[in-house]
Amino acid sequence: MAHKAGLFDLRLVIAVLFAIYGVVLLVVGLGFTDEADLAKADGLNINLWSGVGMLALSAVFAAWAVLRPVVVPEAQDAGAAESSGS
Amino acid sequence: MPVLAQVDLRLDAGPLDYTLLAVYFVFVLGIGFLARRSVSSSLDFLLSGRSLPAWVTGLAFISANLGAIELLGMAANGAQYGMATVHYYWIGAIPAMVFLGLVMMPFYYGSKVRSVPEFLRRRFGKGAHLVNAISFAVAQVLIAGVNLYALAFLLNLMLGWPIPLSVVIAAAIVLTYTALGGLSAAIYNEVLQFFVIVAALLPLTIVGLHRVGGWDGLVEKVTGGPGGAEQLSAWPATELTGIQNPVLSVIGIVFGLGFVLSFGYWTTNFAEVQRALSAKSMSAARRTPIIGAYPKMLIPFVIIIPGIIAALVVPEMVALKAGEESGVVYNNALPALIGELLPNGMLGIAITGLLASFMAGVAANVSSFNTVFTYDLWQDYVRKDRPDEYYLRVGRLATIGGTVVAIGTAFLAAGYGNIMDYIQALFSFFNAPLFATFILAMFWKRMSAAAGWAGLVAGTLGAVAVFVLAEVGVLDLPGQGASFVGAGVAFAVDIVVSVVVTVFTRPVPEERLVGLVYSLTPKEDRKHSTTGDDAGWYRSPVLLGVGVLVLTAVLNIIFG
Repeated sequence: MAHKAGLFDLRLVIAVLFAIYGVVLLVVGLGFTDEADLAKADGLNINLWSGVGMLALSAVFAAWAVLRPVVVPEAQDAGAAESSGS
Repeated sequence: MPVLAQVDLRLDAGPLDYTLLAVYFVFVLGIGFLARRSVSSSLDFLLSGRSLPAWVTGLAFISANLGAIELLGMAANGAQYGMATVHYYWIGAIPAMVFLGLVMMPFYYGSKVRSVPEFLRRRFGKGAHLVNAISFAVAQVLIAGVNLYALAFLLNLMLGWPIPLSVVIAAAIVLTYTALGGLSAAIYNEVLQFFVIVAALLPLTIVGLHRVGGWDGLVEKVTGGPGGAEQLSAWPATELTGIQNPVLSVIGIVFGLGFVLSFGYWTTNFAEVQRALSAKSMSAARRTPIIGAYPKMLIPFVIIIPGIIAALVVPEMVALKAGEESGVVYNNALPALIGELLPNGMLGIAITGLLASFMAGVAANVSSFNTVFTYDLWQDYVRKDRPDEYYLRVGRLATIGGTVVAIGTAFLAAGYGNIMDYIQALFSFFNAPLFATFILAMFWKRMSAAAGWAGLVAGTLGAVAVFVLAEVGVLDLPGQGASFVGAGVAFAVDIVVSVVVTVFTRPVPEERLVGLVYSLTPKEDRKHSTTGDDAGWYRSPVLLGVGVLVLTAVLNIIFG
């Protein structure tokens, strides 16, 4: 029987990094953006919108990782039991 | 690079920006530690145990190249020459990447070689192998040093950090994760880096376009600017090539950049090919450069367009473009635009993206250097037939040694004027003759062992000769011109010398060439499986390859 390689799936790493970035930028965009910041980016609240975009990217990778988990074939398991990464 | 306009480019980075940068470093090092658990042999360390899926290797394939030269240089070209810069992507990368995947990968991956030099050893024996392995190893540590220096220079410019300190810190981070996790850590970080760069550049492009009044505003401002409307179209790129005649300029782009330089770089540079060799199957290996070609086709929009915008909205860049003395150089286009448009928060992401790209470039150099050093130099010529743990240890030590030499090179590069010229010179020395030799090697079974090394040596000397003549002023070739001509000369000399030497020497016995030469490799060995993870029409390398070529042609028509 094959098992899932749970801990180190690159897609989850990407999802977590962009979840952190997304939340931080969203909070900054919503709560800590003054007139000077807005004027600099030509009136766009770029932190807010980038945050939303990053959260969307994070969600896509998380969904992909959950829906299509990495399956480690049993045959390779014997030799790589303690080192099964990827 | 002259140290100018420090104050103008100093970014207003705050605690928030540094925090975002620190978060990224935690992830980068974390990947190194996690990847370490999957390293139990030298093949795991140096070639990821040939286990990675195609989307990972495909993104790593272009990320490995998305380093210092790419980001700063291409944004600079965008600011100076406009849309013609897209040729470095659409003509200068895509066709070669598709060619690598469809035509050459069956021999690279199918022959189970562990490096590009190893292919030459199996095909020609020791002469050509030693020439290529040494020249590659030397070039990689030199380029790693140049990348390190560029990174430190940028940090100094943007954040005011001392150059020697930045060199050492950046080298220490790269060394930590590549020495721990090997190629897997390098590749995983390259994929992460790809998304961080896009996350940095896409918002920058959007804000920039908003600022100039959308695409229409961009067109209007460039048309009314010093460059004129021709900077909005990719062809015939007379400014970029320096060739006045439009027809000759197009020929120069297609053959000089598109054929000789680009095929030499993308199809034989082990730092690139290594990413495909680490894929988990023949199908995934063939798809690696082709999957990479899709983002490669689109990424100029977030690199070149910010460059063009920088020359429209940053006052110092506008002055430079108008031919005035302004204290900035075109290479500053991207950092200058970031400082002009991004508030704290996105500023941190942008700084992280730039740093990520530089470090991934260095990691690609180091992780390909250690493989060639371990398998092609140490195992073949110094200590044969040791147990695998021995070579794993050599690989780790080579990683450390390579990084230390690169730090030295970084300080050497500090003395050189133009980083781009320096690297181009190296490429034309080593890469241009390689493509000629590989094409003959794979498709002409008669080619002899002596022709293998003789062609490489003669071609390299040809490139060096052009470089020297241009340096002392015998040939008058400004900027990139010497590299283009040097690469062309190297290619031609390699072909001629290889053919002539082959005629006078004995061919390699045919039974040794199975799997290495087209006409001697059974058709089944060149085919990839189409079951399991390789099933489905959307995983067909040919279909994907044709698709990206068609899309690139369409883009050329739209932006022509």
